[in-house]
Parts: sequence; C-alpha cells; structure tokens
Amino acid sequence: MKELLRRYGLTLTISFIVIVAFWLLVLVILPYVYLFEASFRLYLPIDQVNGPNDVYTLSNYSTFFVTPIHRWVFLLTIVYSSAVAAISFVVAYPLAYYLSKVATNKIVPTLFLIIMIPLWVSEILRSFAWFIILSLKGPLNFALVGLGIIEEPIRWISGFQSVIIGLVYTYVLFMLFPLYNAIQSLDTNQIEAAGDLGAPWWKIHWRVILPHAKPGIASGSVMVFMLSAGSILVPSLLGSTNSRWFTEIIQQWMFESQDWNTGSAYAFLLLLLCTGFVSLVMRLFRVSLSDIAR
Amino acid sequence: MSATVELDRVSADFGSFRAVDKVSVTIGAGEFFSFLGPSGCGKTTILRMVSGFIAPSEGHIRIGGEDMDGIRPNKRPTVLIFQNLALFPLMSVWENVSFSLEMRGVDKAARRARAEELLKIVDLPGAGDKMISQLSGGQKQRVAIARALAVEPKVMLLDEPLSALDLKLRQHMRAELRAIQKRTNVTFIYITHDQGEALAMSDRVAVMSQGRLQQVAKPEDIYNNPSNGFVASFVGENNVFDGRILASQTTSARFETDIGIFEAVLHAPPSSDAKLRLYVRPEHARLVSTAPEAGNAIAVTISDISFEGNFINIHATTDQGRVLTVETRNDGSSDIPETGSRRYFTFDAQRARILADETQAAHS
Repeated sequence: MKELLRRYGLTLTISFIVIVAFWLLVLVILPYVYLFEASFRLYLPIDQVNGPNDVYTLSNYSTFFVTPIHRWVFLLTIVYSSAVAAISFVVAYPLAYYLSKVATNKIVPTLFLIIMIPLWVSEILRSFAWFIILSLKGPLNFALVGLGIIEEPIRWISGFQSVIIGLVYTYVLFMLFPLYNAIQSLDTNQIEAAGDLGAPWWKIHWRVILPHAKPGIASGSVMVFMLSAGSILVPSLLGSTNSRWFTEIIQQWMFESQDWNTGSAYAFLLLLLCTGFVSLVMRLFRVSLSDIAR
Repeated sequence: MSATVELDRVSADFGSFRAVDKVSVTIGAGEFFSFLGPSGCGKTTILRMVSGFIAPSEGHIRIGGEDMDGIRPNKRPTVLIFQNLALFPLMSVWENVSFSLEMRGVDKAARRARAEELLKIVDLPGAGDKMISQLSGGQKQRVAIARALAVEPKVMLLDEPLSALDLKLRQHMRAELRAIQKRTNVTFIYITHDQGEALAMSDRVAVMSQGRLQQVAKPEDIYNNPSNGFVASFVGENNVFDGRILASQTTSARFETDIGIFEAVLHAPPSSDAKLRLYVRPEHARLVSTAPEAGNAIAVTISDISFEGNFINIHATTDQGRVLTVETRNDGSSDIPETGSRRYFTFDAQRARILADETQAAHS
C-alpha cells in the first residue's frame, strides 16, 4: 500500500483501488449475492413480492431433487463433461509432450502461435463453424465419403457426439497449457535416465512423466470439466433434439419460465454438485488443491 | 563384468560446430578412465555418445568389441550417472534402486531384496523406504550409484557426479567411488573438469581441449610429462616464459626468453611454426640468496607471500616486472624470505620443459 502510494501518488492509487473494488464488488460479488438471495425466495406474482407469502424457503432447491428428468440431465451433463475432460487429455498429452520435450526452441513459438490463432475468433463463430463442418452435407462428410472411408454420410449432430466434439475443441487448450507447464518442469535427464535404465518409451511415460505431470493433469481436467459443465453456447448450438445440457434447463427457468428464483437455485446446485464431484475425483486420484496450485 | 570401450575416430558435429574431433582411444576392461578438460571441450558429448543418447557424426564406438552403431541407450551394456543424478523424486529409495529390475519385469519381492543388497554395497542399509527428498547430497550420490549398479553394467559412465558436493564429502566420495570400482571391477568412464579428481581416482586420464585428445596417460605422466602446453597449464600451475630455441641436443635445448637464456628439457623436436614456451612448475623452483655459478637463475624481488595451509606460495617479481611463483611446503624446512628482499629464482634444467602450444585458442 505504501509502496503503491510512493510509486503512483495519491490520485492514481485511489483510482486503482476504486476501479478494482468496483469490478470485484459490482461485477462479481453483488450479482452472486443477488442470485443467492433470490434462490431462497418463491417465484410470486409481482403484487405479492415483499408480502406475507414472500418467505425464505428451500423449495426451489427441492424442485431439482423431485424432478427425475432434471436429475437425469444433470447426471448426463457430468458424465459427458468428464468424457470431454478425458478426450481433451488424450488429445492434449502427446502435443504437450511434443511441445515441451521434443520440439526445438526454434519452432515452439510458431507452434504456439498456430495453436492460439483460433482463439482470436469468437466462440460463437467457432461453434457455428463446427455446425457447418459436422452437418449432414458438410465438408467432413464430404471428405470422408470422398476418401472412401465411409460410404454413407454420418449424422454427426445427433445425441451428444457433436456437443462433445464442440466442447473438446473449445476447451482443449485449457488442458494443453497446464499439461505443457507440468511436463516442461520435468528434468529431461530423468527421461533419459529412465531410458538408460532399460525402460521402453511407454514405461517412461507411465512411470516417470505421467506421475510428474499429475498436478497438471488434475488442474487441466478440473478446468475443462467445469467449463464444459457450465457451457451454454456449445450445447445449444451443436446439440440435437435428444441432447440436453443442464445449463439449458437453467436457461429455460430463467428466460422461458421467467422464474429467476428457481433458475438461481439450479445454477447454485450446478456449482455445488460439480465442486463436490471434482473434490471426490481429486480425492480418488490423491491430488490436493495445493498440488494444482503448484 | 566389464568390457573394453573403443572409440575409433569418433567425431560429433552440432550444425557447423565440431564438438568432438576424431577421438580415438581404447579403454581397457575394468579400467578407471577419466576425460579431463575445461567446460565445452567435448567430454560430455563423448560420454553421451558412449551411452547412446547422441550418435557420432563419424567413426565407431565399440563396447566389448561390438559395434554400438544404432543401438539405443536401453540396449547398451552401459549406464550413465548424470551430473544432477536424475533420481526419481516421486519414488522411494528402493524403487529408484530397483527401477531397472522393474523394467525387466522382476517381481516385487525380488526387487526389494536386490535393492537392499545394493544399498548395503553403497553403505546405505535400511534406507530403502525413505523418499529421495529426505536424503543428504552424499546419500543421493550413493543411491544413484546403487541404481546404476542394479543394471549390472559392463561400463559405468559418470558425468561429474561429485561436482555438487562440498569439499570434504567430495574427497570422501572419491575414495568411495574408487573402492566401488575396484570391488565391482566395472569399467568406469569418468568426466570431470577437476584435475584433482581425475588424477586421484583414475588409472589413466585423457586430457581434452576443443574436441581433441591432447594426451592420454597415467596420472603421474600427465603431471610430470605433459605432452604440450595445454596439458601442462591445465593440469597444475606453471611459470611460463615465451621464447625461442637457440640450440638443441637430443633431449635438451637452450631457450632464449626476454629475461634470459635457460637450459630445459626438450623431447620431440617441434614443428617449425609451433609457438614454444618454457614451463616451470612452482614446486620445482627455488629461491636462493646468492646467484648460482651455473644453471638457470633470474634475479627477483619478493613481492608477496600467500599462505595456503599445507604450502606457501611466494610471488617474486623480475626486474622486467614479470611475476613468478615458487611453492614451498609448510614443513618448516625452508626459510621464508621477507617481502622486498632480493633473491634468485632458480630451477633445474631437467625440471623445466619446452613445450609446443598445441591449442593456442585455449590459452587466451
């Protein structure tokens, strides 16, 4: 604080603090507090708000537990978000290993640039692009049929497969970077030592590199899982009639039923249950929060 | 269990840079062999080529008579001890030691038993269940050696493994390494920039500079009969004089410098364009108060006396301003002159050598 004052003077220091406080309070904390409070109140006609019927209750939360279809959708969301995290890991691990231990220093910045460029395009546009790529008469089917790999075009946008493809594409970098950092920090001598001691390449990965990268795998998985479970854009753009994502139910409560109270309760349930699920999985794999922060 | 290692005109190029240049040497089975040289001289590259992490650009490496070309590190009868040891921090000590056995599919009980045996050999019995982070520097060293021995290698390659230890421990581990080598009779190839280590442990030493072997000989020959100026000045201290040969006999010559003409040993007649220097080791020079009637002598003024513990370095300045060093043992047998007093710096002709400066760039 004193350091700030000395360096920037009184006016600038106060402006910094005010801006940061505004951002934190008005844009982050207050909306949550508002939704949190609303989630415990009933959805009432406007003339009864603040009246005798407007009491705090848990009924918005219990709605979720007594509605089987909502529980089912939540379960599917968790299962498929886990699948997205797992697929992201499979896709990102070889690339992360290549970037951190195989590629020469000369080429790494170029590769990172190539990886980053798609991020410059908005998520909506990228999802629409996938909608086009995956459509029945789209370029993917055209290419696959043209190359003779498949005979009939595949209906990609059905069930959850297009949602999973879209989510993996959107969030795979959140897996790549923690993995890259984790593998990067491994002393290359250890890989060589393992090889020198007779380990074939896959055992080097299994016994030396993967255990070292565990915190990176954990933080990447948590990131991809949470973002996927909370994504609304990709499931609504790439989803089909028979794929429902939990966020879509929240959206329905809020925008179609105009019931913000139940919507808020569902949003907090999503946060709570996902956090619970993540901590359970982390305990299962014996990773602690401090490992991830490392 | 040991094998010869034969380097046959081995070179290594990194782009346009030649790190190792046509090195040929045969290392005997069960020998403790050191490569000694400054950093960047190519010694680590040689080690990595023998272990199989780099392929030579030219030449052949044969271990036990077998050409190693195209054979991967995990298929070679060698094991490398890395400079930073590269122990696996997420595994316990015994898992580290028996890692190579695990890779060969040995079952857990047998691995555990073998790890205990090996830990006994390196004097760390009962440490099997500790984690690597719980060990001291010297203990980690021993674990690395045990892990390497578990492979039952024919050739053990050591990349300056003692450099991170403090002086006392380093001296202790020198003796220990030497003892383990004699006990196991494995061929040891040791890389170091520390002349003391190389001389104290090795059966033979190869002095390297700029990718080339300068001299391969027993430690005492390296020190007493250096083959060129680089070896003389890299191993041990010297008083060096530039000059030229006036007249030469079969094993000696008269050498003219800007501070006088001296008699000195000259072995192989140097090529005409070679830069020649006269080398006199500080412990081979003496300071006397009266000029000797014959022999090499330079009038000097004592300028500084530095006390080093077991010996004393006396610095003396010639009338031309050159500073010379004389080393005296601190055993009370010689009297130490006062600073500022006049003396004569003398040395026997047999103890001074005229050497060609083979690798001039290394001097500058």
